[in-house]
Amino acid sequence: MNRRDSIKYIATGTLASGVLLTGCDWAEKEEAVVKSLWKYKYGRTPKEIEYDNHLLSQQFFSQEEMAMITQLGHFILPANEVGNIEKAEVPDFIEFMAKDFPDFQEPLKEGLTALNQRALTEFNLSFVKAEKKQKQQLIDPIAYPDTVTEEFLQQSEFFTLMRNLVVTGYFTSEVGLKDLGYQGNQPNVWDGVPNDILDEHQMEYDPKWTAHFLDIEKRNDVAQWDDQGNLIS
Amino acid sequence: MYILKRQKKYDVVIVGSGAGGGMATKVLSEAGLKVAVLEAGPHYDPANPDQLTQMKWPYHSPRRGAGTSRTFGDFDMAYGGWDIEGEPYTRAEDTNFDWFRSRMLGGRTNHWGRISLRFGPLDFKSKSRDGVGEDWPIGYDDIKPYYDKVDKLIGVFGSKENIYNEPDGFFLPVPKPRLHELYYKKGAEKAGVKVMPSRMSILTQRINQERGVCFYCNQCNRSCQVYADFSSGSCLIFPAQKSGGKIDLYTDAMVREVTVDGNGKATGVNYIDKKTNLDYSISAKVVVLAASACSSARILLNSKSAAHPNGLGNSSDLIGKYLHDSTGGDRMGFVPNLMSRKIYNEDGVGGMHLYSPWWLDNKKLDFARGYHIEVWGGLGAPSYGFGFDPNYLNSFFGKPVGGYGDSLRQDVKKYYGSLVGMSGRGESIARKENYCEIDPNKKDQWGIPVLRFKYQWSDQELKQAKHMHDTFEEIIVNMGGIPLGEKPGRDKNFGLHTPGRIIHEVGTTRMGDDPKKSVVDRFEKLHDLDNVFVVDAGPFVSQADKNPTWTILALSWRTSDYIVDQFKQQNF
Repeated sequence: MNRRDSIKYIATGTLASGVLLTGCDWAEKEEAVVKSLWKYKYGRTPKEIEYDNHLLSQQFFSQEEMAMITQLGHFILPANEVGNIEKAEVPDFIEFMAKDFPDFQEPLKEGLTALNQRALTEFNLSFVKAEKKQKQQLIDPIAYPDTVTEEFLQQSEFFTLMRNLVVTGYFTSEVGLKDLGYQGNQPNVWDGVPNDILDEHQMEYDPKWTAHFLDIEKRNDVAQWDDQGNLIS
Repeated sequence: MYILKRQKKYDVVIVGSGAGGGMATKVLSEAGLKVAVLEAGPHYDPANPDQLTQMKWPYHSPRRGAGTSRTFGDFDMAYGGWDIEGEPYTRAEDTNFDWFRSRMLGGRTNHWGRISLRFGPLDFKSKSRDGVGEDWPIGYDDIKPYYDKVDKLIGVFGSKENIYNEPDGFFLPVPKPRLHELYYKKGAEKAGVKVMPSRMSILTQRINQERGVCFYCNQCNRSCQVYADFSSGSCLIFPAQKSGGKIDLYTDAMVREVTVDGNGKATGVNYIDKKTNLDYSISAKVVVLAASACSSARILLNSKSAAHPNGLGNSSDLIGKYLHDSTGGDRMGFVPNLMSRKIYNEDGVGGMHLYSPWWLDNKKLDFARGYHIEVWGGLGAPSYGFGFDPNYLNSFFGKPVGGYGDSLRQDVKKYYGSLVGMSGRGESIARKENYCEIDPNKKDQWGIPVLRFKYQWSDQELKQAKHMHDTFEEIIVNMGGIPLGEKPGRDKNFGLHTPGRIIHEVGTTRMGDDPKKSVVDRFEKLHDLDNVFVVDAGPFVSQADKNPTWTILALSWRTSDYIVDQFKQQNF
């Protein structure tokens, strides 16, 4: 699907049949939607592209709910020198997962509503407007599933789900991978565990195995064997 | 039904493009035969940028790689899964079987684990040893020359170990183990479990100028864009095309049946072009089925004619019978010594660098056949699900589980890379009572009758699974680790996976010398017909505890040589 087809598709396809972007003018949002559809290029089949686009051009959470999700994200993993929840695009990810895995919809929506209601009851403020201290008072009783009291059981399950989504969304983002220190997903030549780490763990390579190990200098020589299966080049 | 006729006549039509079909395509076309290859899915090339997922980051997917769309996650290279829209199957009452299909050129070879093990001499003659199951009519010596040729053609790393039932081959050098694998080695050897370098079809060293060398991204399940791992397209079909083979590829071609003439001799196949929903017939002197064990059985059972009222090649009434999958059990442990590890690039090849072959003598055990142990863990790339219940391991230290803030972030980092897992993959006994058959009441979206499965594990498999879990716990404890979760008891079938889940389903067109007791002969030719062959895992009489691909490849090559020879003798 090329870009032009994609725009045509959005205009005539999914948006017409799906839930319209809530509370916004189509013309205004067109560019934003197209941008989001073209952001994800990861080897999809035509059918998969169609499905992703179908989800991306719908909006499940209201603006108020998105603001709550964003604030909860910041609360669960506060910004640091590497970045923050928004740079990690965690709210967008949670919005997407709610559509992609509909079992999340009810617990997330109801959980957000109940949390907001608690804020209104306790502080006469919406959750989003509550002070950090007040937020903490709302969240502490639901943040530790092993010690939660009966009355907060459902809120605690909601918070656990939210924490799972925030943490997984963060650490699978560009920002979060850097924060974690993940070093892979780049071409390299594996030549074993670095020596200092072997020493630290009091490990060593079995001397009986070393003859079988790859000599990384020779990996571009075309392999040849004798009749007995011994590698001779 | 109106069937359009393809005018071109072929020497051979091959149904399926996975390991068996790919090898047949290469060998038959290189012998100068005119070959048609039918694949039920689209064309796929691991180097095609529009299809490529290798080296993508989790955030390139809006679901961060979750398995909501593709069964094994967004980046896995299998177009298909356990359930495919429009292509159902059913299960007989009280039984369970899950059937994985991958609809694409190369089939499941695009995402498989690349564990490339030869069957040993004992594996072909198990009944003679323990009285259970059946012996193969052929032995290791019949297939050894083909294993040797497969090793050299495709490339497999490994170490010469001189173990009788784990035959050595023509190996490439092995990658050094990762840190958690060294922990495993220590723990396993202390438990008396043999540990050796793994054997996988990944090029640690160059074997020719057409294929690249592994660059250690750990993503073989995404299929390699430089062709450094074995996939049927990149290693067999494309090279055969490039070397001038007369090959016509028909993709999105779903085969309905094998056609026969008035004398009951096969004349080709009928298929549905999925893109147009039109029916076509294609004619060939020889039909080679390589659609996967259950799909080939389905095609044969659906190929009913006056000459073959019970389905093609089914005079024995055994097509679909003796279906068996590998056993599978898994366990994970937490190794406190691996907490707060120094982080480095530990990706390595796509899969384990070492493993444990079956190490015991069954005479001293209460079950008949063995299993091998695969190892996993390490500093892998986070994907969807990473960080779920991020600090539940706190419970081992009396610290609160849950929470939020920077302490939560620190917990995630602390526990990253501290889990080690084990998977047992073992041999089940092929039994006539486990089978697939045609469900008389259900058809797929093209009106083709679908399969119904009936499968139950026996005590042999259950006892083996129990043994696996006892071993896993011992190894984890020996590693200084804590086994996580409960050890599954009898109520949970000792953790034995549902049959079909290991995706090694074989045996549905078993090989044998007696046409009453088997479906194909020693050269994988139907006993009932002279010009139909089955080169997937259907002919497997038993499947050892070894992954079937290397044996599919060797047998398909051997059968293809036989077919070429028969053409030379003008027998078709």
